[in-house]
Amino acid sequence: MSTSPGSSVRVLLFARYAELLGTEAAEITIPAGGTVSDAVVAIRALPGGHLLPPRLLVARNLVQVGLEEPVGPGDELALLPPMSGG
Amino acid sequence: MGFLTPDRIDLPALVAAVSAPERGGVVTFHGLVRDHHAGRRVLRLEYHAYAPMVEAECGRIMAEAEDRWPCRVILRHRTGGLAIGDTAIAIVTAAAHRGEAFDACRYVIEAVKRRVPIWKREYYADGTEAWVDPTAPGGTVAAGSP
Repeated sequence: MSTSPGSSVRVLLFARYAELLGTEAAEITIPAGGTVSDAVVAIRALPGGHLLPPRLLVARNLVQVGLEEPVGPGDELALLPPMSGG
Repeated sequence: MGFLTPDRIDLPALVAAVSAPERGGVVTFHGLVRDHHAGRRVLRLEYHAYAPMVEAECGRIMAEAEDRWPCRVILRHRTGGLAIGDTAIAIVTAAAHRGEAFDACRYVIEAVKRRVPIWKREYYADGTEAWVDPTAPGGTVAAGSP
């Protein structure tokens, strides 16, 4: 079997994180069978990604998920800064 | 569902939406825009939101509260620019008796603050601005280009 090229995944950025990366959305590529943790590594490699804090909250398809959760093609990820609504 | 709104929140309409003859206890919570934060004078603020997730998460929180207490819940949260004294969030809970209504209202506001992806950017009298961040020392992180 040939090596899979991986999946392209859309990542949304908000508030302070959008400022740090200079964009509100980015496309990343993660290995086939990859996880949220792989996605975080790819996001940190984007311009400005090194400025993100060590601990990140991630949502997959509108639900907060842990780093071990799988991510596949068509999933929408979002990086959530500490929330301050209400 | 429309939990997030750019328009002024109409509290009487929310109260009417959950009131019913069998519900004798109605509790309302309004969160207003405060004119100070961590010793700085706030002039105005902006709420930024991940709108589709706000709708999903508020729906989940509302369902949890209605599952846990015999009550009806309605809530609205503003987005965009707000002035001092504006209502940023309103929650109304209605139940047969006051206990359930108070408990459900408290549950909903605490869950919203913890779980709903909305971010507050404050503009101060000294000309600076910052993102409110409850996890940061001093409660804010500077806004603008890094």
